[in-house]
Amino acid sequence: MSPQVCIIDYGIGNVGSVKNALQFLGVSTVISSDKKMIQEATHLILPGVGSFGDGMRNLKERNLVDILKEEVIVNKKKILGICLGMQLFASHGFEHGEFEGLDFISGKIIQIDITQSKLRLPHIGWNNVTVVDDKVITKSFEQEPIFYFVHSFHFIPEERSVVAGICTYGHDIVALVESGNIFGTQFHPEKSHVDGLHVLKNFINA
Amino acid sequence: MLKTRLIPVLLLKNGVLVRSRLFSFHQLTGDPLGQVERFTSWKADELIYLNITRDGGYDSMATMSVIGSATSHKDVLSSKVNNFADVIRCVSEKCMIPLTAGGGIRTLDDIQMLLKNGADKVSINTKALDDSDFIKKASQRFGSQCIVVSVDVKFNVDSGKKEVYAHFGKESTSRDPIEWCFEVARRGAGEILLNSIDRDGTGEGYDLELLRKVSECVNIPVIALGGVGTFEHLMEGIKIGKASAVAAANIFHFTELSVINAKKYMKSVGIDVRI
Repeated sequence: MSPQVCIIDYGIGNVGSVKNALQFLGVSTVISSDKKMIQEATHLILPGVGSFGDGMRNLKERNLVDILKEEVIVNKKKILGICLGMQLFASHGFEHGEFEGLDFISGKIIQIDITQSKLRLPHIGWNNVTVVDDKVITKSFEQEPIFYFVHSFHFIPEERSVVAGICTYGHDIVALVESGNIFGTQFHPEKSHVDGLHVLKNFINA
Repeated sequence: MLKTRLIPVLLLKNGVLVRSRLFSFHQLTGDPLGQVERFTSWKADELIYLNITRDGGYDSMATMSVIGSATSHKDVLSSKVNNFADVIRCVSEKCMIPLTAGGGIRTLDDIQMLLKNGADKVSINTKALDDSDFIKKASQRFGSQCIVVSVDVKFNVDSGKKEVYAHFGKESTSRDPIEWCFEVARRGAGEILLNSIDRDGTGEGYDLELLRKVSECVNIPVIALGGVGTFEHLMEGIKIGKASAVAAANIFHFTELSVINAKKYMKSVGIDVRI
């Protein structure tokens, strides 16, 4: 069966550019928050920019939390979280308060610590990522990939085994996660030129 | 390590690309869509499209005469590129790198429209000066990561000082550039695009003194613009001006492989860039 991607529309972020990138790869894609579309898709993408609390609130307002849990946890459908989308996979987020996440991958979202490094926030720009070899999402890179990041908060997973890639911005930052059918990128693959398209291809072929 | 960004700026006037000098003289350079694939494949790190149409109307005849002559886009109907949001939509379909759109933004709906059509960030200028609360409103609604505040600076002969100018460099606001940039950052902008009107199109290099002062007083990324005539100027912007990213317009328009060669040069002088 050819892949059918559903980009989850929950009123947050620029979903158009994710669709553009998938169309560029020739993958059939819809943008929707409709239960049926989510159920029929072979792959889900949870995009998003903005704050953790707003993200969860928007998912709840559209009754998407239970649908996502059923598709991802029960039916083991492949899902890719991008930036805030990946962060929402965590158990808790600590951005302007404390919020419960989707809890797909145990861990928390906290602010990047710049007290030592004196670097600027947000972490904006292209950064190279050291990838873990035995993961699906990072396979077949010929050289160390470079991706486009825009964020101030980052993921601290409880289990180090889910980490698929790391970059450095003052300290180590989890750039990619993978746990079974669940994948996440802190960077924007849809805005990371050839290396980003490579990650999207790996996800589609996963 | 975070790479230093190199950002081509494309100026759109009445739907066609132009080059600019001192914010006053505009020369036609081409079709707005043809450049995006070239810049992306040359590994430009982002693209900034600024709409400098000031009479409000799009000259679709002029648009067509340029687009019609560009072999790669004979299939683009004039109606598709008759306003800025349409141009952004067409560009974004080919743009696998971050895309900033700016020029003439006055309302939150204007921002929404550009983001919906594929822009990743927007650049605000005059509206921020008229109503500095707008920066906060915009960054709260869309996230500070997509709000770039563009600051145009010019030496005012009357006051004998550098001041921030509004309305595409036409009106002095009497504001001190350093104080204004500090204010912009405090109100929640994600980045500052710092442009020198005096250097625009001159090829004399960035206003390094201004750039350094601004970079040192704010904790958000500062993108340098205005005056690049040689690749050395890009290096100066980073090493002397302490900018987070370097942008330029004219130097990229008329030189083949300009972005690739600029990056090779930057790497050769020890600046970490994506190649």
